[in-house]
Amino acid sequence: MRERAQITFLGDGRKLHLHDGPIDLVAEAFGDAGEIAVAYRAAAVRFVGVLDELCGELSLLRQALKKSAMPVGVIARRMTAAVSPYTERSFITPMAAVAGAVAEEILRCMTSAARLSRAYVNNGGDIAVHLAAGESFVVGMVERPDHASLFGKVQLHSEQPVRGIATSGWRGRSFSLGIADAVTVLAERAAMADAAATMIANAVDLPGHERIFRVPARDLAPDSDLGDRLVTQGVGELSADEIAAALDAGVELAELLRAEGLIHSAALHLSGETRVVGTRRLTEKIAADRESSRSLIHA
Amino acid sequence: MADDDAIRCDACPVLCYIKPGRTGACDRYANDDGQLIRIDPHVVLDRAVSRGDSVVPFLDHKREWDGNIVSGPENFVTAIGAGTTYPDYKPAPFIISSAVQGVDMVTVVTEGIFSYCGVKLKIDTDRYLGPETNLVRAQGEPVGHVTTSEYGSQMLSLGGVRHLTGGSRREGTVTCETLLNLCERKPVELTVDEGPAVIVQAGKPPVVDGMQEERMRVGCGSATIGMFAKQWQGNVDEVVVVDDHITGVLSEHQAGKLLGIPETGIEMKGRRSTPGRHFRVADPGTAWGGTNIDDPLSILREFDSKIAWPNLRLLMVSTTGEHYAYFELDEGLRPVEKELPVALQESVARIKENCEPALCTVLFMGGAGGSLRAGVTENPVRLTRSVRDALTRVTCGGAPVYVWPGGGITFMVDVSRMPEHAFGYVPTPALVAPIEFTLKIDDYAALGGYMDQVRPLESVLRGEGRRHVSASPENPWPLSENKPPGPRP
Repeated sequence: MRERAQITFLGDGRKLHLHDGPIDLVAEAFGDAGEIAVAYRAAAVRFVGVLDELCGELSLLRQALKKSAMPVGVIARRMTAAVSPYTERSFITPMAAVAGAVAEEILRCMTSAARLSRAYVNNGGDIAVHLAAGESFVVGMVERPDHASLFGKVQLHSEQPVRGIATSGWRGRSFSLGIADAVTVLAERAAMADAAATMIANAVDLPGHERIFRVPARDLAPDSDLGDRLVTQGVGELSADEIAAALDAGVELAELLRAEGLIHSAALHLSGETRVVGTRRLTEKIAADRESSRSLIHA
Repeated sequence: MADDDAIRCDACPVLCYIKPGRTGACDRYANDDGQLIRIDPHVVLDRAVSRGDSVVPFLDHKREWDGNIVSGPENFVTAIGAGTTYPDYKPAPFIISSAVQGVDMVTVVTEGIFSYCGVKLKIDTDRYLGPETNLVRAQGEPVGHVTTSEYGSQMLSLGGVRHLTGGSRREGTVTCETLLNLCERKPVELTVDEGPAVIVQAGKPPVVDGMQEERMRVGCGSATIGMFAKQWQGNVDEVVVVDDHITGVLSEHQAGKLLGIPETGIEMKGRRSTPGRHFRVADPGTAWGGTNIDDPLSILREFDSKIAWPNLRLLMVSTTGEHYAYFELDEGLRPVEKELPVALQESVARIKENCEPALCTVLFMGGAGGSLRAGVTENPVRLTRSVRDALTRVTCGGAPVYVWPGGGITFMVDVSRMPEHAFGYVPTPALVAPIEFTLKIDDYAALGGYMDQVRPLESVLRGEGRRHVSASPENPWPLSENKPPGPRP
C-alpha cells in the first residue's frame, strides 16, 4: 500500500508542501511569480524520486562509513561528505545528515532552475537557505524540538556564510545519545549543520548519570542505525552544576568544530539553560529576542 | 533483526520495523497493539457510535472521510493542533461554518496561550497531605499550595500567575511542565512542605508516600455511625469509628441513643463536639482514618469502672474499613484484642463496599482574557457578553466547560473529558490549550466576527493532517441545539 509522494500548496498558496514517507518538506521561494512557479516545478520533479533513491542504498547509509563501499546517489554522497569529518572522532552514520542533505538537494534544484531572491527548504527543522546578494531571512529557533515554540530568532544576511540550519536533541524526532533538549547549528550548508547538530547534541551529556534514562536504540526501533547504543529517553532533575558540566562538554566540541570551519555558530539548550558558541552578534540577538518573546506571548 | 512484536510498515519504501506503541520514522504511522494505524495532528471529533479508539485505523472505510457525504453536525473541529495566529489581532486559524438542523452555526477554533492558567486538583484521600496553605512542590520548585479539605478530598491549587511568571525561570518552567503533565493525564510526583510525597494522575487513585489509596471514606466517623448503627446493634456493645475529622462513638451518638444502645463508660481523648462526635482524637497522618495512630487504643482513656463491664465488646474501625480491630474488656476493664466475629466482618466489609474508588481529578482553569478574544472578533468585549448571554458555547477540545460568573471568560474543564494530547506549552512559560467558540452565524456577524474568514466544514475535513477522534458519549455534543450550560444574564 505504498502511498504516492504528496505535493500540495499549503493553505496560503505561497508555500509548497512535499511529503513522502518520513520526508516532510516545506519550501518557499521569493522573487518574480513566474520564477517561483518554475522553481516549484523543479522541486516537485526532483522530489518524487528522492525517497526511492535513498531507500535503494538505505542499508549502506545506516552503517558507519567504509572507504570500500561508498554510496552513489547525489544526496547519499552529500550525506557521506557531511559526516566524514566526524568518523575518526566517534560513531556516526550518513543518516545523521539525511534531513539536511535532502533539503539542500531540493533547494539546489529550485535555485538552478530559476532566479530567486530568497528561498528555503525546511525539512522538519533542518533548513537549507538561499539568499541573493543583499537579502536576509529571520529564522525562529526552538528551545525543545518536541514543542513548536520559539525561544528566539536569528537573522541571516547574504554576506554571512550561513546557508544551513539544523536542530538536534533527544526530545526531537531522531534519537540522540546525549541529553541536550536542543542544539541548533548554523553552518555553510544544511547537511553540514545537520551532522554537526547531531554530534554536539550527543556531546551534551553526563555519562553514567543515574537520573538519565537510556534505552538501546534497537529496543525502540529495531532497524535504527544506532543499533544497541543507548539513546536518551528521559532526563531527571539535574543540579545547576550538572547542567553546566553537560553543556560545557557540548560547548567544547562546538568550539572545536567552529575552529575547524565546520560550523558557524551554535545554540545549546538544556533544562532551561542556554549556551551560545559563535559570533557575539548572534548571542546578543538571541538574548534580546528571548526577552521580547517573554513579554510578547501571553493570553 | 525483526522483533516478534514489531510490525513492518509498508506505507513507504523505508519499510520501518515499528514496535508496539511507537511510530515509524515518519511519525505518521504507528504500531497500536499490533495494528498499523495512521496518526495525524489536527483533531476532528467524530460523532461516532463507538468510543475508545482515539485514532482512525488506517484505511478503515467505516470511519475514514470519503469526501462525498456532507455530514455537517456529525463532525466538530476542535482547536487541538489548530495553532494560534500571533499577534492576536489576526483572525483565529479556523473559523468554520456548518448547518445544524437548518441553522447556520460558526465555530471559531484557536489554541490559546495561557500564561496565567492553573489546575485545581481534587485528591480523594483521608490521609493527611500537609497543613493548609503550605507549598506544593514539583522537582523541588514551588508550583502551588494546599487549599481546603472538603468531603473526604484534599484540594490542591497549582499554577497561576505567581508560579508561572512571578518566580525564578526554573520555577516557571517546572510549574508549566507540571501543569502540562497533569492536563495530559500523566502521573506527577508532588511533595507538600511538612507533608508527604503524593503521586497524582487524572482518573487514577493517588499514591501517598508510596501507598496507593484505594477508596474514599464512606463518610466522616459520625456519618459512618449513623449509617451502620442498626447493623451493629446486638453484635457489639461499642463502636468507635476513627476519623481525623470527626471520630464517632456509637453509644454516645444520636443514632445509638435512638436504638437504645446503653452507655459503655468509654472515655475518648480529644475534644467532644456534640454527643458521640469527637474532634482531634489524634494528630493528622497517613494511618488509621487519616490520623497518625497505628494503635487505635491510644485514642482511648480508661473505661469508667462505674459503667463498663467485663467482656464488653468493642469494635474500632476506620472510615474506609481499611483498618479495624476488635476487643473485649478483661476483668480489669482493659481491652484485649480478639479475632473479629463473623457478624462484624460483614459490617466492616460493608463499610469498604460503600466507599467509592479514590481518584485524582484535574480541572484545567484558563481564561480567554485580553487578547485571545481578538482572534474571534474585532470587538472582544462582545464575545464575553455573548458567552454570558449563553449565545456562544465555549468548549475545550470539544469538552464542555464551566464558565465562572463575573468578569472575563474564565473557564474550568475536566481534562479527562478532553481528547488525548490536547495540551502543549510555550517556553514563556505558558500552557497551550484548545478553545472553541460556537454560535449562530447571525450572532457571529452581530458581534463583529471575521465573516470573510468563515469557511465550510467540508473544506477542513478534506484537508491534510486531520486526526479524527470519537467524541466521548459523556460529553454533550458541542453543536447540539440545546443551550450551553453556564451563566445566564
